[in-house]
Amino acid sequence: MTKSYDVVMVGGGHNGLICATYLAKAGRRVLVLEANEQLGGGAATREFHPGFSVSACAQWMYSLNPTIAKDLNLASHGLQYAAKNLHSIALAKDAKHVTITGEGGVEGVSAQDKAAYREFRRKMGKFSKLLDKLFTVRPPKVIENNWTDRINLLKIGLGVKLLGKADMYELLRLGLINMFDVMEETFDDELLKSLISFDGVLGAHMGPRSPGTVYGYLYRHMGDVYGFNGPALVKGGMGSVGVALANAATAAGVEIRSAARVKSIDLTAERASGVTLENGESISATLVVSNADPKTTFNNLVGRRNLETNTVRRVKNFRTKASAAKLHLALDGLPEFTGLSAGQVGNRLVIAPDMHHIERAFNCAKYGEFSTAPVLDISIATVHDKGLAPEGKHVLSAIVQFAPGQLKAGWTEATKNAFKELAINTIADYAPGIKELIIASELLTPADLEGEYNMTDGHWHHGDISLDQVVMMRPFPGSEQYGTPVDGLYLCGAGAHPGGNVMGLAGKNAANEIIKRGGSA
Amino acid sequence: MSEVSVQQANDRETMLIHTPFHSRSSALNKLNSWENWKGFMVAHEYDDYELEYFAIRSQTGVMDLTPMTKYRITGPDAEAYLNRLVTRDVTKIKVGRVGYTVWCNSDGQVMDDGTIFHLAEDEYRLCSYTHCIDWLMWSAEGFDVEIVDETKQVAALAVQGPTSCSCLMAMGLEGIENLKPFGLTTFPFEGGELMVSRTGFTGDLGYELWVEPALAEALWDQLFAAGKQYLIRPFGLYALDMARKEAGFIQAAVDFVPAEDQVRVGRTRSPFEIGLGWLVDFNKPFFNGRKALLKEKENGSRYRFVMLDIEGNKPANNSFILNKKGKVIGTVTSAGWCPSAKANVAFGQVDAKYGEIGEELITEIYYERELHWTKVLAKSVVVKGPMYDPPRRRATPPAPF
Ligand SMILES: Cc1cc2nc3c(=O)[nH]c(=O)nc-3n(C[C@H](O)[C@H](O)[C@H](O)COP(=O)(O)OP(=O)(O)OC[C@H]3O[C@@H](n4cnc5c(N)ncnc54)[C@H](O)[C@@H]3O)c2cc1C
Repeated sequence: MTKSYDVVMVGGGHNGLICATYLAKAGRRVLVLEANEQLGGGAATREFHPGFSVSACAQWMYSLNPTIAKDLNLASHGLQYAAKNLHSIALAKDAKHVTITGEGGVEGVSAQDKAAYREFRRKMGKFSKLLDKLFTVRPPKVIENNWTDRINLLKIGLGVKLLGKADMYELLRLGLINMFDVMEETFDDELLKSLISFDGVLGAHMGPRSPGTVYGYLYRHMGDVYGFNGPALVKGGMGSVGVALANAATAAGVEIRSAARVKSIDLTAERASGVTLENGESISATLVVSNADPKTTFNNLVGRRNLETNTVRRVKNFRTKASAAKLHLALDGLPEFTGLSAGQVGNRLVIAPDMHHIERAFNCAKYGEFSTAPVLDISIATVHDKGLAPEGKHVLSAIVQFAPGQLKAGWTEATKNAFKELAINTIADYAPGIKELIIASELLTPADLEGEYNMTDGHWHHGDISLDQVVMMRPFPGSEQYGTPVDGLYLCGAGAHPGGNVMGLAGKNAANEIIKRGGSA
Repeated sequence: MSEVSVQQANDRETMLIHTPFHSRSSALNKLNSWENWKGFMVAHEYDDYELEYFAIRSQTGVMDLTPMTKYRITGPDAEAYLNRLVTRDVTKIKVGRVGYTVWCNSDGQVMDDGTIFHLAEDEYRLCSYTHCIDWLMWSAEGFDVEIVDETKQVAALAVQGPTSCSCLMAMGLEGIENLKPFGLTTFPFEGGELMVSRTGFTGDLGYELWVEPALAEALWDQLFAAGKQYLIRPFGLYALDMARKEAGFIQAAVDFVPAEDQVRVGRTRSPFEIGLGWLVDFNKPFFNGRKALLKEKENGSRYRFVMLDIEGNKPANNSFILNKKGKVIGTVTSAGWCPSAKANVAFGQVDAKYGEIGEELITEIYYERELHWTKVLAKSVVVKGPMYDPPRRRATPPAPF
């Protein structure tokens, strides 16, 4: 036993660092223990080839909560954007691309679709604002007689009412159906439908026809309420988020240790009492907060034998199947995309020709195979951020779906190469000369992401964002409002309400809850 | 027991499963009086339940125990697994010993009671009332254990009564007299193995015999041949119920509702509420229900188990229990006349405020004589119990006959 802390934070992902900082500002003595060398978790910069770096996991910033950025003074701690309000361009082989602009409009479609898009965004914007009310507070419990929860519920209820009758019905209807149907009834242009519906399935083990994907879309667009009109690029890659947050945390008095993997959360008979590191060192604390995902937290760190059978079942049934892979290319020059100017390739480029294509790509994953015609979300950050590659060279980073974490055939060098080739060939369909530019390449399957970033199954949100796993049911009933069945143990990561993305609300809300409960709550 | 064919099943003229002792027990069942015990057919009464009961108390009674649900739990984590499953400290049940226990859900409500047999290193048998393989399997997540339902693979007899040890000695079970209560041992038997445990549900000197089904009939025959001089006789579930009440043993699904069987909210009970708080060990590692039970221990229970010594001889089945002011404070769950103790016993659930040992309560008993109903308000004293607890139950070696 060495020093004792008020709070030991397991994991220095963005949520962990944010939670730790708020707690330190409230006067708690906080220690953050991060397994990796780098802080930031899934917000990471990775030098995958000497001199070439990419945002390894998360690549776009689109939903960082502005209150957090302000409270923690992230700008002064080094968070800078290389580009903001980028366009999302759905690539067409015939170069008739469709663009959702940073100004909130859409280009390359009929006047009718343009009008429909404006109306669609108006409606979705209202719903996102409503979700924001729910996301910035702890999730209300269903039964508990508690005034905080009642008032929050009331506010949300009132918000639903204030939508007006038509939009209220729309919300209730859309919440349960799927992107495919919504797109079919709203738009004509296949590429536009595909571009929008892709946002509903990013990071999910779902296709556009899966129920609950409208919620996925709304979730992906929380940033529209937080001042992001389209994706942004963080200067220096997403790892800079970790650096800025670590600076803010240190300034607030948080002690941080990286390369310090927690082996177990220690328990006295009654409650969490600290942690033991992989190297055998034990650290005691009044509270343990876990930024690690729920499965890691409960199964590996607390241990199933220290949990109720019911809890173990809940944890097991928490859906974490992931199917987003990352492709990284070091390029000898800027690739040319058919029909795009050099200035345009720095936007978000999406390859998803139509919704059936996405659905079929998902079908493969459903049966444990990788997509034979994958869908891609591409970022060439060096257009805006020269520092990521040597002079004149570029890096390309792409989210490639769908690649199941547990491939039926197993992820071997051979299967990985096969999928990588598929992904590169898919890009080459739109950027014919790209293959000649490749200096180095890397594919990270969900299994690799799990290994590198310590998230179960490599899941984007630490577990599906689907209607049965959100709000008071996140991660599962019995572990809500950031508390867990283990007294003295809290969750603050993407597996807690509201969920993942580099947003920070899980971390902030968890800190609020811990502060509210006071003392050794 | 091997699986039966459709033909065999039809030939039985019953949907109940015959135990491997059926050829023998049915030959002796003069009343053809049977009960359904978890899908098996076992004798309710052979010829005279009172004589059967007295065999348990003065001679040797034999009961077919095969339907008892039995699980074999093996593997390097078997001990840790059971320790997380049940409320008592399983590490204290050494090889060759048996322990009575309960297990709870996460609300600290009793799912069942049963016995754990520590057969060998990393090898246990769990006997239960309920069929709970789903719960056992769910609970096995994260443990290196194998769980097998061996109910049909093990035939069992309860051999209970003051002369039971002599019967077994006469049968050739050498050294059985040295087996202590809750001990278990094995003997070679007909080319197989016979396990004997000094356990039972009668509160008397007694043993339980466990063999593979193929040896069941040979076991019955040798036992009855050896026991003839000790007035051995079979007994049914009716006599067992008399004996267990006299001995102060509660019965799952009678004296408490197993948590998984509950339909209406609030009908389950914690171990503290059914008088089994002594089985809850907070000094051992984490176990199912621990948090809820600890909270209950701090904040108090809702109900209290009482054993009542009731004035008179009218059985208090299904009665209300009143305090001295006449307020209803609880109900009787089991009741009956105890022939050996010559006492009128009842088990009950009362509001936890009541029921201290020695407290005088009232039981509202309705009884009928030739369609004529009478109500008595019988004085009922809360006793520690049990009503009958002969020293021979614990004596090692037991007195020879
Ligand atoms: C392929 C992919 C692409 C994505 N793209 C985007 C995107 O473009 N934009 C976006 O906003 N989001 C994106 N995301 C989602 C985003 O990365 C996550 O939702 C986010 O990182 C979750 O943050 P967190 O702080 O809750 O958890 P994490 O970032 O996972 O942080 C948890 C931390 O805990 C540490 N940890 C775990 N176990 C231990 C232990 N035993 N001891 C010590 N430390 C431990 C981990 O190392 C990690 O640093 C993407 C995710 C994936 C997988």
